[in-house]
Amino acid sequence: MIVANRKSLEEILNMLKPYKKVLLLGCNECVTVCAAGGEREVGVLASELKLSRAKDGQEIEIKEQTLERQCDHEYIDQVRPFVGDYEVILSIACGAGIQYVGEKYRTKIVLPGVNTTFLGVTLEQGVWSERCQGCGECVLHMTGGVCPIARCAKSLLNGPCGGSSNGKCEVDKDLDCGWQLIIDRLKELNQLDRYEEIIPVKDWTTSRDGGPRKRLREDLRL
Amino acid sequence: MRLNYPTNVKIVKVPCTGRVDILLILHAFESGVDGVYLAGCLEGECHFLRGNLRAKKRVQYAKKLLDEVGLGGARLEMYNMSSAQGQRFAEVAREMTEKIKALGPSPVKNRVRGVQDSRGQVK
Ligand code: SF4
Ligand code: SF4
Repeated sequence: MIVANRKSLEEILNMLKPYKKVLLLGCNECVTVCAAGGEREVGVLASELKLSRAKDGQEIEIKEQTLERQCDHEYIDQVRPFVGDYEVILSIACGAGIQYVGEKYRTKIVLPGVNTTFLGVTLEQGVWSERCQGCGECVLHMTGGVCPIARCAKSLLNGPCGGSSNGKCEVDKDLDCGWQLIIDRLKELNQLDRYEEIIPVKDWTTSRDGGPRKRLREDLRL
Repeated sequence: MRLNYPTNVKIVKVPCTGRVDILLILHAFESGVDGVYLAGCLEGECHFLRGNLRAKKRVQYAKKLLDEVGLGGARLEMYNMSSAQGQRFAEVAREMTEKIKALGPSPVKNRVRGVQDSRGQVK
């Protein structure tokens, strides 16, 4: 899932300073699961905003709405009947959703209420961890199913570096060394011979270096 | 036991403090209360095993939110007592009342728009 983190109330209040009528949009997908931008977080943020504005004697009207997804236009269309009643949209979907809402309502300012952070997994209730950076050319079959791009701080394709110590990364002593994880897993899989193979230089044009990416399935198009 | 406790304390009954989520607490403040406290069972004696421990964590989180909002986390507390400790219940009610009195009325009293009253009417 895409994992995001709520921005601080202070930052959101600053962005909202000029506005009194706010449409607050959550999303029912990834940001709901990572407890950053679902219906519940919409409720909590709306309440925080109302309380702090009231404390300062300032008005704010907030319409709370959580869409099934903010990355599909059918759902974004659902706010069309009333979007015009609000001065600004505050979205707590991922960065993709926030932008797409803005693309659909071009005269509306759409503000981000979260920092979209990574593609990851739920380690346990309330703990999420990064797993993939969407590099566009997956190498998991060569690295024991552990991603060297996302899980090595230096995204080394042939690691570890000299900073790996007792299984931890030199960047942070609480961080597992991605390459230690790869080697451990290769051992478990009886594939340690793969570690001998040098992974060639990566073509980063499939990643962000080739510019924004687009995917097309001609057979699905209407 | 005919114990007295301050009349300003309004009781909202929930099956377990584990039912109390952050939104419930924030909505109470939106409705203009000066303080909120949770009276949970003693730690280790939750009928639902961990309800009171979860409530404790939520209270800690909500305190932070109240600090950020500017109401102050001190307006929210969590207490633990068993259902047999009527004396303690009355004592906590007095303690919390004194504490909130010292903090003064909520700065958002009657100022939040769109608050629903107990009948679901929007003010
Ligand atoms: S190699 Fe690339 S696509 Fe595969 S998990 Fe890592 S970042 Fe994601
Ligand atoms: S210590 Fe491990 S994870 Fe950290 S940069 Fe070096 S190889 Fe990568």
